[in-house]
Amino acid sequence: MGKFKKKQGNTMAAISTASLPDIVFMLLFFFMVVTKMRDTELMVKINTPQASELTKLEKKTLVNFIFIGRPTDKFKAKFGTKPQIQLGDKFSSVDDIPLFLAKHKTTVPEGQRQSVISSLKIDNDVTMGIVGDVKTALRKAGQLKVNYSAKKRDRTK
Amino acid sequence: MAKKNRMANEINAGSMADIAFLLLIFFLVTTTIAEDKGVLVKLPQWSEEPPPEMKLNTRNVYSVLVNAQNQLLVRGEIMDIKDLKNNTKIFIANPQKMENMAEAPTKAIISIKNDRGTKYQTYLEVYNELKAAYNELWEESAMVKFGKNLDELTNAQQREIRDAIPLVLSEAEPTKFGEEK
Repeated sequence: MGKFKKKQGNTMAAISTASLPDIVFMLLFFFMVVTKMRDTELMVKINTPQASELTKLEKKTLVNFIFIGRPTDKFKAKFGTKPQIQLGDKFSSVDDIPLFLAKHKTTVPEGQRQSVISSLKIDNDVTMGIVGDVKTALRKAGQLKVNYSAKKRDRTK
Repeated sequence: MAKKNRMANEINAGSMADIAFLLLIFFLVTTTIAEDKGVLVKLPQWSEEPPPEMKLNTRNVYSVLVNAQNQLLVRGEIMDIKDLKNNTKIFIANPQKMENMAEAPTKAIISIKNDRGTKYQTYLEVYNELKAAYNELWEESAMVKFGKNLDELTNAQQREIRDAIPLVLSEAEPTKFGEEK
């Protein structure tokens, strides 16, 4: 009996937790570097389709985002269930696209303005009518580089 | 004496971890891992006047129509989207020198037309398959010509391959069928 008690007492040395903050801070810095702040709240539901021929968007500053989808439950009452365009943080119409593009252009250095890419984040369920209108607006505004946002899948056999 | 002893005590750093965890969780919640990938497309220039009439040999045109029911009509025949890529590849390369397929890869033109009621998902899938057909042809041609993968080649070599099989994709104005009211 006495033997057991003695053994238990020996193993009770406290583990130093002093290095724990360092580890957690390391994780924290990793995430701070790897991720980007969610700058715009999505007001439309977007589930992008899958595609195999994907190109990565390299320079975030050269990209502007156009969202098209049905309003989320929160905005359904006000904006209905028809697909809507979201530019920045508000619902917009096709006519607002040129101004939106011009505004984004001012944040880009002069020499890089022709490499600006529009990333279209469009929901699976949207019909091509509204997408076609946006495409026409982009062409009229001279924004010809477009990236249809999609999820990765394997190529079909 | 007692006071001095207290000063010499270590500050308890145990809560430091909690604070750091709190920050970590905050960042985890507010951030999104960058997953911005997509199908890159170059739209044609906008012009007010109608495009110039061009005499095209019908054998060089591969027309893909996508209707509001998300069905495909390829050169007048219904096709499953799964077969689109391989059929497109055969059309462009025309290995058997068929009379009704492209004379040469440089002359092949792909034409897509969709309805306003076509689902975006279907449209992008079709676009993706057509792009995949070209990508595969380029990769195969890189293997044959240089014995290397496409992405291992120099820019000039890549351009040579792309010029031999140029991607010509024309999109017609969508027809007004099936628009959501």
